[in-house]
Amino acid sequence: MSAPGLDPTFTSLPYRSLGDAALSRARELGVSHADFRFERVRYQHLGVRDGVLQGASDHEDLGFAVRVIHRGAWGFASGVVLTTDEAVRVAESAVAVALVAAEMTPTPVEIAPEPVHDDVTWVSSYAVNPLEVPVAEKAALLIDWTNRLRTGAAVDHASADLQQVQENKYYADLAGTRTTQQRVRLQPGFEAMGAGADTFDSMASIAPPVGRGWEYLTDGSYDWDDEIEQVPELLAEKLKAPSVEAGTYDLVIHPSNLWLTIHESIGHATELDRALGYEANYAGTSFATYDKLNTLQYGSPVMNVTGDRTVEHGLATIGYDDEGVQTQAWDIVKDGVLVGYQLDRAMAHMKPELNPADSGGGRSNGCAYADSPGHIPIQRMANVSLQPAPDGPSTEELIGRVERGLYIVGDKSWSIDMQRFNFQFTGQRFYRIADGELVGQVRDVAYQATTTDFWSSMEAVGGPDTWVLGGAFNCGKAQPGQVASVSHGCPTSLFRGVRILNTTDEAGQ
Amino acid sequence: MTSQHTSTVSPQSLVEHALATTVADDCLVIVRDATSANLRWANNTLTTNGVMHGVTVTVVSFIRRAEGVATGSVTGSASSQAQVTALVEAADAAARSSSPAEDANDLVPGDAAADWDDAPVHTDIHVYDAFAPALGEAFGRASAAGRVLYGFVNHELTTTYLGSTTGLRRRHVQPTGHYGCTGKTADLTQSAWVGGATRDFTDVDALVMEESLAQRLGWGKRRVDLPAGRYDTILPPTAMADLMIDAYWYAGARVAWEGQSVYSKRGVGTRIGDVITRPGVNLFSDPAYDGLQCAPFTVATTSDNEQSVFDNGLPLGRTDWIRDGRLTSLLQTRHSAAMTQQPVTPMIDNLALTVDGAAGSIDDLVAGTERGLLLTCLWYIRVVDQQSLLLTGLTRDGVYLVENGEITGAVNNFRFNESPIDLLRRFSHASQTVPSFSREWGDDYFSRTATPALRVPDFNMSSVSQAM
Repeated sequence: MSAPGLDPTFTSLPYRSLGDAALSRARELGVSHADFRFERVRYQHLGVRDGVLQGASDHEDLGFAVRVIHRGAWGFASGVVLTTDEAVRVAESAVAVALVAAEMTPTPVEIAPEPVHDDVTWVSSYAVNPLEVPVAEKAALLIDWTNRLRTGAAVDHASADLQQVQENKYYADLAGTRTTQQRVRLQPGFEAMGAGADTFDSMASIAPPVGRGWEYLTDGSYDWDDEIEQVPELLAEKLKAPSVEAGTYDLVIHPSNLWLTIHESIGHATELDRALGYEANYAGTSFATYDKLNTLQYGSPVMNVTGDRTVEHGLATIGYDDEGVQTQAWDIVKDGVLVGYQLDRAMAHMKPELNPADSGGGRSNGCAYADSPGHIPIQRMANVSLQPAPDGPSTEELIGRVERGLYIVGDKSWSIDMQRFNFQFTGQRFYRIADGELVGQVRDVAYQATTTDFWSSMEAVGGPDTWVLGGAFNCGKAQPGQVASVSHGCPTSLFRGVRILNTTDEAGQ
Repeated sequence: MTSQHTSTVSPQSLVEHALATTVADDCLVIVRDATSANLRWANNTLTTNGVMHGVTVTVVSFIRRAEGVATGSVTGSASSQAQVTALVEAADAAARSSSPAEDANDLVPGDAAADWDDAPVHTDIHVYDAFAPALGEAFGRASAAGRVLYGFVNHELTTTYLGSTTGLRRRHVQPTGHYGCTGKTADLTQSAWVGGATRDFTDVDALVMEESLAQRLGWGKRRVDLPAGRYDTILPPTAMADLMIDAYWYAGARVAWEGQSVYSKRGVGTRIGDVITRPGVNLFSDPAYDGLQCAPFTVATTSDNEQSVFDNGLPLGRTDWIRDGRLTSLLQTRHSAAMTQQPVTPMIDNLALTVDGAAGSIDDLVAGTERGLLLTCLWYIRVVDQQSLLLTGLTRDGVYLVENGEITGAVNNFRFNESPIDLLRRFSHASQTVPSFSREWGDDYFSRTATPALRVPDFNMSSVSQAM
């Protein structure tokens, strides 16, 4: 198994010669900007159900792309034949696309200048590349999980799966930046399913996906055995739990649920491309429009949110983005007020005041990302995280402050409108809180709110001991659709007076 | 440069090379040659756009052992025999190290289809030679009239080659295209959308698109704010496509058999044979459906609850999922079909909903409505409860008030909570079935649908969304 370092099977690929050929041709054709991106992304998925390996599949995306600005318009083309002739052809194709696009681009495209990073490398923080662990060993672990889950009396069926990714990228542009990078991430999960007298339900792991290696499953940093032991009993309790009474409740929300609310109601809402309308036809826009910068009361004064592509083990963490920009960390919400956005180089040029450069003008904060060699980089989400209170309370102390409420653990269903106002989330389990104590699970719960009302109702954030870095592998955005992985850290937090639905009532059952 | 990346060969020879190289007992190869071209715009100007070409090769190796058949599946970008050799070696090794497959079956036998030797078919940026100039003109018209356009067009041509050591050779060319455009008033307080599927863009006109948006934005000159509640609601074909795709995706036979879906019978088993919607409702797939043609054989790169690598090449024909209101079939592999003792009915890449006796268009539904809502489309639809298939989501880009058979204004957006199966039981009126396009799923996952508009007398708008 290799120690962390650039994978020699990637560095032996001809990306430098292809990049040189493509950029030279683009320069000859008179472009004002050109960049070349070569990627190899390896995926492996294992799925197990009831003690049997259902499927193990490997997938590799290998190819390159050329992006140009020519006559004020973007041009983009990609290819998979790894020859210099093909690199030249793809560069010519990108220029041809720009010529078509120029006819329909009345506002010329410009990008913020960035410092040159000449031939730098970056490798994410992990110990063991999961793709180098034998499949049989990984399958045996998942099979064991499902077998152990099924020993629970309430468990009829159990599934487990493991997603693993190794991403290698080489980037070069006409300004002279060249970056070679590698990162690894994985998402293990399991779910137990059972049925009661008139209902069925499931209970899934709340373990977050991480930018770590195979050690995540073996080094004790997450207590898998404890969770596997607990889930059957938690499911049994859930199947017998009473249905929630719809109404207004105080909520104590565990990070395993709150990360997703942050993702949807803060992460996407503070993408500047959305705020400027670039996603209006697909992912949507944002209520947090640019005119509200530094004035919008996003939430209560205890709300402090950062964007960060540097945090260790973060899924959106990398050294340099897909426009050659060194990654950064910055404030998005400070003391409850909107103070920042996520940017790429084109956005940074439009709004230079957001991230002023020492030399004048603006700088990107490094949020460009393409999920594959065949896709164009767009502004994607940093690790957007809610900060804990330095001397903040424990989860138990937060629960202790609630007279009538719910404690929510784990994510499940999620939905939010195209301007990020109205959302609805469910969870893995909901505990009723009475007079500061947990008094058992309830079922059929969804919470529904408007973003700024919800965050304004946040009375307290927990201390650093309650903070967990959650996240997802499957954030979708853009046309053509692209998928990105992103982490969100948060502490356990207390919200007052949130609307709770009974989902059975909603279904008219 | 190493030589392994310097040659390009035909997809058929990549298939034959893989089958000749494997040392497994059996092998199956899927080559997909995909090209695409797209244009994207916002604020009346083009933003990102591009052309892409990719060739992916999937090798599935099968190793027979005393205790069963083990498989290994490896997919990668490949355009040379050397790259395919590496994929075969990896797939063979994966199969050797894997445990016996529970879905093991004989591979599908066969011979070469008549079109096997044909070359892949490609698209490029010139598919927009007529559309692009019109789009530029549409930008000008919109700007002059105080409207802002945001949109995307995409065209893909994917040629799939499937070959196996059992002699099977199949080829399929799949055109997939769609257009969508959102229009807003300059103050961004009104929003409208038009969109649809196309196979070749000869039937898409940017100026017609812009005119339709102008009409819809015109409906919004009168603004009416309504509270949450249950409304007499007309769901257009695009919204029905959204909802039926969810009903289809969650129709796996194994999961139903094991008691975890809306199609499960309490206790054990499926609801196949039960009446689950009102009479006259038919939900089916058909690879030969006019305008929605799709692969007439199964293609599966991995096995899971709803697909099996052993089933590659199985012929597909019209399959009724719901016939005259009765659940008829669920998504099956041969493995799950044996488990559930039902016919083998694999997933098909299109879906149609019809209602017996339905006539007229969505305009007729509007004309027959005394007071209700007309939706444009739905968005961010997710499953809340699998037992009822309760879905939540939002209305988007235009909710219109219908009074005395006419559209009289625009209404705020809503969050809804509804089950598509329950809607098929409760609707009061249906239009004829027409080609449709799912706003939620059509872009990336499932674009070939035909659905009617439905009028539902008590559609559950759970809360108001402030989104415009």
